[in-house]
Amino acid sequence: MHVGAVHAPDPEMALILAKEQFARRGRCVSLWVVPAEAIYASRAEEAEELFASALEKEYREPRGFRVAERVRRWMERHGQSLPEAE
Amino acid sequence: MLTYRIHGHTVPVPEQAPPPQEGPEYEARLAEFEARIARGEKIEPTDWMPEEYRRQLIRMISQHAHSEIVGMLPEGKWIPHAPTLRRKLILIAKVQDEGGHGQLLYRAAETLGITREEMVEALLAGKAKYSVVFNYPTPTWADVAAIGLLIDGAAVVNQLMLAQGSYGPYARAMKRICYEESFHIKQGYDAFVALATGTPAQRQMIQEAVNRWWYPALMLFGPPDRDSVHTPTLLRWRIKTKTNDELRQEFVDQYAPMVLRLGLTIPDPNLRYDPETGHWRFSEPDWDEFWRVIKGDGPCNAERMAARRRAHEEGRWVREALAAKAVQRINGGGDGRYAVAGL
Repeated sequence: MHVGAVHAPDPEMALILAKEQFARRGRCVSLWVVPAEAIYASRAEEAEELFASALEKEYREPRGFRVAERVRRWMERHGQSLPEAE
Repeated sequence: MLTYRIHGHTVPVPEQAPPPQEGPEYEARLAEFEARIARGEKIEPTDWMPEEYRRQLIRMISQHAHSEIVGMLPEGKWIPHAPTLRRKLILIAKVQDEGGHGQLLYRAAETLGITREEMVEALLAGKAKYSVVFNYPTPTWADVAAIGLLIDGAAVVNQLMLAQGSYGPYARAMKRICYEESFHIKQGYDAFVALATGTPAQRQMIQEAVNRWWYPALMLFGPPDRDSVHTPTLLRWRIKTKTNDELRQEFVDQYAPMVLRLGLTIPDPNLRYDPETGHWRFSEPDWDEFWRVIKGDGPCNAERMAARRRAHEEGRWVREALAAKAVQRINGGGDGRYAVAGL
């Protein structure tokens, strides 16, 4: 997870400075530093278009399924009730 | 100013002929920009923004960064003199955090096209401002406790609001800072209560510190709304989401009871709870003093700036040694920036 950036003359110093700056509270298990110009990122103005399709795919999410409702209707039709209710 | 690169893209630099800040195309872009803000969207470094928005943010964020760095001095002085080893460790951690916060904020300001060198130079030349509160002295250990409660408390009230701001990098930096500030207040309150519930001499010491730091805490929120020239613009573009006076009231409502319930007094004869409004009524600080201190005529302004200049000069050999040590550079030359990812 990207946490920020540091200025450094080389990767070794970058790692040391990154540890001082971002791992002060000791929850870190791994730290990466990479020259900023080596990163290619999606552009802000493309984001909507690039990521939009994901929002319509409800089947990727647990909430995209309405199973409890089907069970309830079946139980009503067949006169079944929950054991606790008897 | 340099052409500034973010993640492989080039951000146009303001000083190199910014687009005209008027005309139909500007108006159209401005309307879209303000609509995005009204929808609660964050503005990112590569988004279009009015030059005034960029300028206000550079001013605000760099001054905030300077405040964190200068703020290390009044408390840093007490590290060698802390009353116990535990207090010393806590204070070292706090002051280290403040340095880190300054770094985070300089980083956020850089995304708007200003360099670290320019910001530091402006501070050392006395051109840039920093929070007025750090121009006051810390004559006793109790001042450290009072600062930890009242000044960090005021800072958090301000910063929680700023974390809701429209500029992405600043809002995100504020969230990170607020998380660490919660430790600062807790340790401050702990030290404060230790003195307030201690011997008569300790109680007197913390009472005198409260007398010194109450009004500076109120000043932290800046000039009253009626005198704040920047506030309307900052509110319009959600750089701020509450006014100075609103925040000042929030602070008094939260912190006055905390001091009073320990049987201490606050140096304000007009301070009282108003059951009709649910708020505490209080006296404003001396605004003449505020403007004098901000303009450089406070008790410690000269000392703070001298300390910063000395640190900058005495640290020169470190900067030069690091540059000489550079063992590896990306082909084509980088600007020495490394993105950090951690888990």
